[in-house]
Amino acid sequence: MGYWRFVLRRLLQSAPTFALITVLIFLLVRLLPGDPASAMLGDRATDEAVARINASLGTDLPIASQFLRFLGRLLSGDLGQSQALHVPVTELIGERMPVTLLLAAYAMVLATLISIPLAFLMALYRDRPLDIALRGAFQLGLSMPTFYLGLLFLTVLGAHLRIFPVGGLGRGPVGILYHLFLPALTLALGLAAVITRSLRAAILEVLQADYIDFARAKGLSERVVLGRHVLRNALISTVTLFGINLGQLIGGAVITETVFSLPGVGRLLIDAIFGRDYPVIEGLTMCFAVLVSIIFIVTDLFQAWLDPRVYR
Amino acid sequence: MTENLLEVHGLRTEYRSDGRRFTAVDGIDFTVGPGEILGLVGESGSGKSATLRSILGLIKPPGRVEGRILWRGRDIHGLAPSALQRVRGAEIAMIFQDPMTALNPVLTVGQQIRESLAAHTDLSASDRQRRAIELLDLVGIPAAASRLDDYPYQFSGGIRQRAMIAIALAAKPALLLADEPTTALDVTIQDQIIKLIQRLAAELRMSVILVTHDLGVVAESCDRVAVMYAGRIVETAPVATLFRSPRHAYTLGLLQSMPVGRSPRTPLPFIPGAPPRPGDSLNGCAFAARCAFVGDECRHGRPETRHVGLDHMTLCRRAEALPAALEPA
Repeated sequence: MGYWRFVLRRLLQSAPTFALITVLIFLLVRLLPGDPASAMLGDRATDEAVARINASLGTDLPIASQFLRFLGRLLSGDLGQSQALHVPVTELIGERMPVTLLLAAYAMVLATLISIPLAFLMALYRDRPLDIALRGAFQLGLSMPTFYLGLLFLTVLGAHLRIFPVGGLGRGPVGILYHLFLPALTLALGLAAVITRSLRAAILEVLQADYIDFARAKGLSERVVLGRHVLRNALISTVTLFGINLGQLIGGAVITETVFSLPGVGRLLIDAIFGRDYPVIEGLTMCFAVLVSIIFIVTDLFQAWLDPRVYR
Repeated sequence: MTENLLEVHGLRTEYRSDGRRFTAVDGIDFTVGPGEILGLVGESGSGKSATLRSILGLIKPPGRVEGRILWRGRDIHGLAPSALQRVRGAEIAMIFQDPMTALNPVLTVGQQIRESLAAHTDLSASDRQRRAIELLDLVGIPAAASRLDDYPYQFSGGIRQRAMIAIALAAKPALLLADEPTTALDVTIQDQIIKLIQRLAAELRMSVILVTHDLGVVAESCDRVAVMYAGRIVETAPVATLFRSPRHAYTLGLLQSMPVGRSPRTPLPFIPGAPPRPGDSLNGCAFAARCAFVGDECRHGRPETRHVGLDHMTLCRRAEALPAALEPA
């Protein structure tokens, strides 16, 4: 079918993107000021000591050889050893990434659950008090930084009212979802604010379309008209925005994890940057870049599924 | 006389924009009998489409509809949504001007037929599929079975309009409201679609209200015709009567400006001026300012319906001043 051909084409198109990501990450880390040996040994290190460390890390080799080594290890699934912690990077990331991914996915689900009903409510009650109040609330939500919102939740709902835990992961599926609720909500609200605004506008536009009148003239129930005809067409323009913001949400997750002291990759990344722990920075950046690329691919595939005109 | 299928009494439709009210339909009465094709003609903005939309309850707030809309004797104006849904599509269906914008672009034609069937019938999924193929076949779409999974944009204009008709007819309505169904189509296709609607009306014993601004289409396909001007029906008559002896100065003007049967390169008569804009306050006949037969009595008071022959009504107070019959062109 046409759709699966499109899927294949879209996957092939992303191959150069991944190649470029690899090169950029390798170069960017090496353009950071300072070098790992000085970072490890401090200001008073002797030149001999620095040279010895550089030789053992391979950072004294020409840049092209360093890249080939980097690439070779990458292809065998080896992201190297953390220079600070002396543990394989894959192990470090493997322990923490699930928490970050879960947090991001949780936030995504919450954002969807918040924005679709709210966008419909706001569109159907356009310019009425409900719509105006929600628009105001979203304006406020959008202008509030994620870390501040997180701290607010933590203080009010966590410390004062004691409705939610202030940190940690909890046990079992329910416990984890309960413990992650506040951080996920913190992340979700910013995303939901953007998505709801866009979806509300899209719904209002679609509601004016002739095909909605035709759908009503056919005697379809309002549930079918809104749920199938309006939602699907309104989502087409919003899905791309959702994808882009989801990419940013991964970045936001790092900050939120720190605020809520969650054992995700956030802390790891920050420590690695301060310690010039090249392999860890490279590994994490690689993971984030690949993740964001996958999100964009999935977004495109979902959009094409919603709107077959994209691939025909 | 047979029982009327649809009777509309005192229909008034208002739109609201920027706090101002615009009267799109200004108190009209008309009927549609079983199997009858009623032509509703008039220029853009005369209230034809608003009339059709009002019948099906498609006027959205802050727009407002008043009057009685009797379907088989029952007033369907202001019905609860669930009751209205049982009328829409199943009893009265509607097709729109431009099938490109009136068909959902992201659903296949098959899906759009099947959802109508699901809403109005108890057919199983496989029966719905079979019926969808029958419907595409009925409206003359070649290789019907293979087109069900196509999206509207994959059809040509004429086929797309046929598909919209098939979707509208899915639940076997007794009345089809056709809102300028040929305006968006190539001239060569227009005639095919009109002939299709005529054939379906006869085969399915279905009534039609055909909105158009093309008098040629009316002459060819309608039983009766109602002429609209500035939100009112200014004249109603059987088609032959109306074309032979129009009793409203506006109808006369329309008929005289038809190019049919004229020798080429002769200037076409036209009606000077422009219709009043919606929201203009009117005193007297809305057509008075453009009328060649205008008299003092036309300039004040609201014109009332007059019977000027069998099944022949006009709002024109100067009907007697018009030529008794149009000489054949």
